[in-house]
Amino acid sequence: MALFQTKRRNILPGFGLSMGYTVFYLSAIVIVPLSMIFFHTIPMGWEPFVNAVTAPRVLASYRLSFSTAFFAAIFDAFAGLLTAWVLVRYRFPGKGLLDALVDLPFALPTAVAGICFATLYSPMGWFGQILAHWNLQIINTPTGIVIALIFIGFPFVVRTIQPVLEEVEQEIEEAAHCLGATRWQTFRKILLPHLFPALLTGVTLAFARGIGEYGSVIFIAGNLPMKTEIAPLMIMSKLDQFDYAGASAVALVLLCISFSMLLLLNAVQEWQQKEYNS
Amino acid sequence: MGIELQNITKTFGEYKAIDNLSLSIPSGDLIALLGPSGCGKTTLLRIIAGLELADSGKIILENKDTTNLPPREKNVGFVFQHYALFRRLTVFENVAFGLKVLPFRQRPARKEIRERVEHLLKLVQMDWALKRYPSQLSGGQRQRVALARALAVNPRVLLLDEPFSALDAKVRQELRRWLRKLHDEIHVTSIFVTHDQEEALELADKIVVINKGRIEQQGTPQEVYDHPVNAFVYNFLGNVNVFHGRIKNGKVSLGNHHLDAPDELKNVEEKTSQTFIRPHEIGISRIRSNANDLEGTIREVRLQGGQIGLNIECEGLDGAIEAEVPRELFVNLQLAKGVLVFVTINRVRVFTGDYEI
Repeated sequence: MALFQTKRRNILPGFGLSMGYTVFYLSAIVIVPLSMIFFHTIPMGWEPFVNAVTAPRVLASYRLSFSTAFFAAIFDAFAGLLTAWVLVRYRFPGKGLLDALVDLPFALPTAVAGICFATLYSPMGWFGQILAHWNLQIINTPTGIVIALIFIGFPFVVRTIQPVLEEVEQEIEEAAHCLGATRWQTFRKILLPHLFPALLTGVTLAFARGIGEYGSVIFIAGNLPMKTEIAPLMIMSKLDQFDYAGASAVALVLLCISFSMLLLLNAVQEWQQKEYNS
Repeated sequence: MGIELQNITKTFGEYKAIDNLSLSIPSGDLIALLGPSGCGKTTLLRIIAGLELADSGKIILENKDTTNLPPREKNVGFVFQHYALFRRLTVFENVAFGLKVLPFRQRPARKEIRERVEHLLKLVQMDWALKRYPSQLSGGQRQRVALARALAVNPRVLLLDEPFSALDAKVRQELRRWLRKLHDEIHVTSIFVTHDQEEALELADKIVVINKGRIEQQGTPQEVYDHPVNAFVYNFLGNVNVFHGRIKNGKVSLGNHHLDAPDELKNVEEKTSQTFIRPHEIGISRIRSNANDLEGTIREVRLQGGQIGLNIECEGLDGAIEAEVPRELFVNLQLAKGVLVFVTINRVRVFTGDYEI
């Protein structure tokens, strides 16, 4: 009768129900809304689509969005790692306060952050005044965008590394010291590889968030065509001109690139994990 | 001297973990630090390794004062209870770690490192696992890799912190014998910490019994087991029956019974006493063989491998007495629960005064 037993038994019950729920939920919340972009773009036809997404202004905005998000995520990797380290490893007064501050960029309306940065870095602002001495300008430049994105992406890195760092047993480091490793060698050869998957996750999240960020960037970017226009702004300005198809075309490309990057990073992570846990 | 500790003291707040402890260990010996949990034995080991700083005292390893050196300059091999292997590195990389972090001038060539690591892994019988990750190994295998890793840097001394306590009984025993054999081959001065008296007795050249941060006794396993200097050591090394009573006129009271006191206590004035009897130093028979025999009833029978454990309730004795008899005797005498027996006490140790255990 083995012929009829095609269904494999799973120890964890409720796979069918929970999987069904997951698929339904993702469909309702993510796939269906996002597919609207796709269906909105199709009636456009191939040629107008290509023209819309390869316009020099649009291409420049893609380049800007991805490069600023990338640099901001890299910076966050270092700053986030350091902050997580301090929060996990040391005890000091005001630690709870510092810990809470990390999450603030999550909670704050991003436009508020944008306005704050714009005020701070404007030629009259506190930082802007000082930087003006060396003829440095942050506002209306890609650097300004990177600064805003660093702020937005920071909590993702801290919060993904923190629990993993807390898990590292003291004995591992003691073992390395006993074997003659310096603090730096211990960090680089033992701790960093250990933290790497979490770091990669955090950086990916910060990067993904940076690509889509709108509110905080537009105030500090100045939105100069070909120079400081980010991709989400291109979409907004097309919508302002009632060019709905054009807007969804730009959005579709943005979506595809982002999604394939996330897929790729996930694959890297999985491959990393597989090696150690057979 | 392989290891020389002079007047080590360490306190954690109010708590005195190590209390003015001195200890000398000859080069090449394998020493067990034995004591109950919280007695300071692990702290002492960590102090020797430099993982903990002593409040005062001196640590001399192979004639070099290392008191104030950080762990990485002490050149000490440390084996942790829970292995502490580097999860993201293969077995080979784990063992090679200590060589690869050496300053460039002292670092052996790549080929030499490979040869040394392969040699060590062969020594611990793990040469088949070069490319495995720690998560792919069993506990016993991990601990052997950890040992090879500690030996890779040619340590002055090897320190093992309850190295087998996380393993199951069978593997533990196997590794114990294997470690003894390995030590006979490599002769590095070694200290291992344990709370398991059996392990200490079987493995060590010399046992150091520690209690409350002080050394109670040190000596060969034979000496410590046969001639414990005080009630604590006697009690800690193996199972024991304890009876509280008084010593008077060369006689020790044991409930309503009186036994001859040991020679050295024949002439002491009246004192409180504690009488210790090992379960295997008790004779059991069905007929009275001696006027001093106690009469009792078997209350409990326990199978303990080759030995049978008996719990016997004796007349005129408060509290039952634990005895161990060979299986053969148990069968021949047809012993069972509820059977009336006569108990001969072959050997007692008496300690006077109140000793807290």
